[in-house]
Amino acid sequence: MGTSLEAENEALKRRISELEAELANRSNHTEAASQQSHPPPPNIANEREVTLSLEEYKRYGRQMILPEIGIEGQMSLKRSRVLIVGAGGLGCPAAAYLAGAGVGTLGIIDHDTVENSNLHRQIIHSTSRVGVPKVVSAITYLRDLNPHPNYVPHVEPLTTENALQIMAGYDLVLDCTDHPAIRYLINDVAVIMNIPIVSASALRTDGQLVVLNNPPSVGPCYRCIWPRPPPAESVVGCGEGGILGPVVGLMGVMQAIEAIKIITKNPVQEVGRTTMTLFAAYGASPFRCLKMRGRKAGCIACGSPERMEEKITRESIEDGRMDYVAFCGGRAGVRVLEGGERISVTEYKKVVDSGVEHLLLDVRDKTQFGICQLEGSLNVPYSEFESSKYEDSEAEAIKSKFEDQPKDRPVYVICRLGNDSQIVTRQLKQAGVFPGDRVFDIKGGIAEWARSGVAGEFPEY
Amino acid sequence: MNEQQGPSANGVRSNPISLNIEFSGGLEILFSNQRDHRIQLPAKDSSGEPANIMFLVHYLCENLMKDRRKDLFLLHGGIRPGILVLINDADWELEGEEEYLVQDGDIILFVSTLHGG
Ligand SMILES: [Zn+2]
Repeated sequence: MGTSLEAENEALKRRISELEAELANRSNHTEAASQQSHPPPPNIANEREVTLSLEEYKRYGRQMILPEIGIEGQMSLKRSRVLIVGAGGLGCPAAAYLAGAGVGTLGIIDHDTVENSNLHRQIIHSTSRVGVPKVVSAITYLRDLNPHPNYVPHVEPLTTENALQIMAGYDLVLDCTDHPAIRYLINDVAVIMNIPIVSASALRTDGQLVVLNNPPSVGPCYRCIWPRPPPAESVVGCGEGGILGPVVGLMGVMQAIEAIKIITKNPVQEVGRTTMTLFAAYGASPFRCLKMRGRKAGCIACGSPERMEEKITRESIEDGRMDYVAFCGGRAGVRVLEGGERISVTEYKKVVDSGVEHLLLDVRDKTQFGICQLEGSLNVPYSEFESSKYEDSEAEAIKSKFEDQPKDRPVYVICRLGNDSQIVTRQLKQAGVFPGDRVFDIKGGIAEWARSGVAGEFPEY
Repeated sequence: MNEQQGPSANGVRSNPISLNIEFSGGLEILFSNQRDHRIQLPAKDSSGEPANIMFLVHYLCENLMKDRRKDLFLLHGGIRPGILVLINDADWELEGEEEYLVQDGDIILFVSTLHGG
């Protein structure tokens, strides 16, 4: 063991001095020539002077000895300025690997604070930092991992007001966000600023990764591939759909790999075609690589649209003409019922304590119902009410679900957060399932029942 | 089922086309929670035109999709925004989009774009 480690150490030292010699040689007389053969993308600011300390030679030695990186790649990493948008499941591992790799300036933007339900996947935060802004928590971890980079905290959401100003300070952006509205905003600003985007997403047990606007003004942008946003009701977040920690972690790690490849400029990849990597943890062949379309001539972000007034510009973003939330059909909190049709968890607890005969209808899906449920509740998932809308008679379809239930008791409807239960309450009333109309929604759902502690300890998930 | 097994213009029977249909990114939920399907598609549509992608999409909607929320797959007569169509692992834009004539043995993948992170 000892001797092989020493031998390895010696070999590394030799390789480092070779690389140092090579660097000194190049900077003496061949810099201009080497730049001509592989011109860097316009925005990677390669003119910034950087040097490596002896500690850094040692720290980065294991990656510097790769021919793909070398001393030049390491210098490019140190010169690079990378912005990570979102310090969540994707942003955490991406930030850790980029900080570890020696990126010179690492900016992180997020307005959230660390919650305990983040920690199964957002692995650079910690139990002791619950309640701390994610950006502050992330930088605490990263500084301990590698003190050399310049970490730039942005504790705020990325908006049309600040995006141009913030992104102007970076050469590359990692889209680690969780909603299409902000993905379009990042795209449009990155196209204007000429910076590549490494974009990833994940949900449940699947992940997707795509590099956009790379090289700038050559590769397709987000709008080339997705010109129209999905209907708001088809967009599912990790909070509702669930997410397996290592799946989103894997996608974040892959973003770090793509970022390193772009920064250290492998000229072979610069052909303007992009691929999308699909990952399906439970699929028969988990990795899939898809050839995507090229840049779209009429793209309103990166191309020349037929109607030039549609072209997205710095001005159209700054003066608020671009409303990203409206474009993506922003979903406001559900409010379909009147005050008298809803009761609080405290009021419902009184119903339980009084011993009044009633039906508690829980409309969460079967998996969630299996995690925890209130005593005596009947589970009919929301999706069944949804699909009854497509039956010939919605009312009959709904009635058939309650055939063997007594109809003279009051009904209380509960879900996870208090949105689905309002819709079901309305459907039950419209279908006239329970004569007398005593159907009530429980405000805030199971989450509020747990949080308020009305019935002592109850799991929150 | 409306298999078009009758004689075609030149008197030769047109055999159905074997296709591998795959769903990803949550779309499989609409198709009996199954990611991979092997189907036999009629070679021609009801007006006798050779089967293209749009014919396939309507065929899937009517014959393979058990879930009744059709508008999560097909919206306003086209593929719902947010779903990518890949023909043998290449964006359908590279193959002629809706007009592409499906070939025996093709792998057609439908991917719902994810947004979580
Ligand atoms: Zn574009």
